[in-house]
Amino acid sequence: MPSHRMPSEADIISTVEFNHTGELLATGDKGGRVVIFQREPESKNAPHSQGEYDVYSTFQSHEPEFDYLKSLEIEEKINKIKWLPQQNAAHSLLSTNDKTIKLWKITERDKRPEGYNLKDEEGKLKDLSTVTSLQVPVLKPMDLMVEVSPRRIFANGHTYHINSISVNSDCETYMSADDLRINLWHLAVTDRSFNIVDIKPANMEDLTEVITASEFHPHHCNLFVYSSSKGSLRLCDMRAAALCDKHSKLFEEPEDPSSRSFFSEIISSVSDVKFSHSGRYMLTRDYLTVKVWDLNMEARPIETYQVHDYLRSKLCSLYENDCIFDKFECAWNGSDSVIMTGAYNNFFRMFDRNSKRDVTLEASRESSKPRAVLKPRRVCIGGKRRRDDISVDSLDFAKKILHTAWHPAENIIAIAATNNLYIFQDKVNSDMH
Amino acid sequence: MLSKGLKRKREEEEEEEEEKEALEVDAWWLDPGHPAVTQAPPNVASSSLFDLSVLKLHHSLRQSEPDLRHLVLVVNTLRRIQASMAPTVTLPPVPSPPLVPSVADNLLASSDTILSASMASLLEDLSQIEGLSQAPQPLADESPPGRPIGGAPPSLGALDLLGPATGCLLDDGLEGLFEDIDTSMYDSELWVPASEGLKPGPEDGPGKEGAPELDEAELDYLMDVLVGTQALERPPEQGR
Repeated sequence: MPSHRMPSEADIISTVEFNHTGELLATGDKGGRVVIFQREPESKNAPHSQGEYDVYSTFQSHEPEFDYLKSLEIEEKINKIKWLPQQNAAHSLLSTNDKTIKLWKITERDKRPEGYNLKDEEGKLKDLSTVTSLQVPVLKPMDLMVEVSPRRIFANGHTYHINSISVNSDCETYMSADDLRINLWHLAVTDRSFNIVDIKPANMEDLTEVITASEFHPHHCNLFVYSSSKGSLRLCDMRAAALCDKHSKLFEEPEDPSSRSFFSEIISSVSDVKFSHSGRYMLTRDYLTVKVWDLNMEARPIETYQVHDYLRSKLCSLYENDCIFDKFECAWNGSDSVIMTGAYNNFFRMFDRNSKRDVTLEASRESSKPRAVLKPRRVCIGGKRRRDDISVDSLDFAKKILHTAWHPAENIIAIAATNNLYIFQDKVNSDMH
Repeated sequence: MLSKGLKRKREEEEEEEEEKEALEVDAWWLDPGHPAVTQAPPNVASSSLFDLSVLKLHHSLRQSEPDLRHLVLVVNTLRRIQASMAPTVTLPPVPSPPLVPSVADNLLASSDTILSASMASLLEDLSQIEGLSQAPQPLADESPPGRPIGGAPPSLGALDLLGPATGCLLDDGLEGLFEDIDTSMYDSELWVPASEGLKPGPEDGPGKEGAPELDEAELDYLMDVLVGTQALERPPEQGR
């Protein structure tokens, strides 16, 4: 990107995802582009650049399309990226916009053949009369070139907007979910998909609930979960029936009568669901909290963490400006001991499940200086105010951290703050209060 | 009919027109029997929230492709507000005080039918369009369990450069013919150096059946296959 380019709406990051080793980090943006970062190997010669992430490849994944039948423009915004487990030297990922999923293959080329018999250096055919001897072309090293090519296009599978994709642990299939349906695809087959969940009512007037997120279980290839706008989670078993409209387990917390309001349903809508690495728990994010659920207990979550409870008294304003509909994501660390989620004012929150301590940090230019230690932030509601506290009323609701990702093994986190990407190596044990 | 000096907003005009049509529509979210009309002046907070929700709903409905989640949440919230405003005991409707614009009153009284009509018509449109766009499977809703969603629907992909799998493959030359025969998921490492990360060449074979006596060509071809620098190959990524 030219350095003089002004940040535009197309640069707003819409998804962030580490691959399975954490070596690569992919981001998607509103303009349909994917940028992949690669972690530089630690080198003794340059101890300061310990495993930093540099741009590895950039490509245009989706373009805006026009649906002639409905006279609608289909946004090119990348909603989700999911990496496939690496099976050979190439890397593969799935990227999706509202309607179409694409499988991309990323390969490296660092050698070039030289000494062709029939072609000259520029690739033009030689005059055969000048060829008097035979030579064996040799491979010579060249500057690393990263090549990206679309291997599959999974189109026409969704009438409604795709909100999530998830690769199965069998590494052969994946699912895509829109507001009302979930489809199962085989990675090698593009002209056909299998519908496994359909919550569209026979009479659309009866529509009261939509699917908000879905994910395959990390180890059991027959299990997946999907969340709804009413705050419920449904665990489904593909072995029980071909059609998983009927759930195996329903996870739902009864509404707290003391905090009931007009907005109860909106704030209970689950915006993200993630299985723990162990596969034993699920993490959900709704507007004000993150919750940990035990797969063995459907009645209520085992842990609830307040992300920004100080907003509870502001719900009316947040409904007015539509912020109450913001969809925040959540993430586990590699050992499932810490959970993370974003908030407003470029704040993000981390909760240590063992010590029950939590911290609020800010993704800002001041904190982005290399090796600067992030300072914990605090939002004050009233009463005593410390010097660096932020008051609730001065929070910037335009600065929302919706997308965050945690390295699968190490304490490295990627935070998308509008059109900026921050990568922090965070020492989890300190700075908690 | 209107209070003095009150501008008649376009939205309200539309609502008035819809109201006339909508009276016969079943108000699906009302209690059966008596339509829910406020008996007393509505609670101020609920009323403003109600108006706000109605505005949001109309704004959402006017989108070419509304966000279903947003729509459903707003509608459900509206129902909650409306339920809290409607009394449990049914009484004959009381004429509103002249200070309140009668248009707003009509809105309040018939909002349920208007909303239900708007909502119903929109969602019906969505489902009809879905029926059209999935022409090969018009009964997608009623298909048997484990429904496969069939083939490529009427090709709207004229602008889709990468096209559905059943599109015109020959446009891409020989490369396109083998686009779907991707063995990369099952790459064999037997004879290709791991660092190359290349596909073994069955897809290249049929296109390159040269005469075996051209040794130079064979060597070059072998190198081409090893490295993948065929003439038909896509140019390397330029970066941005």
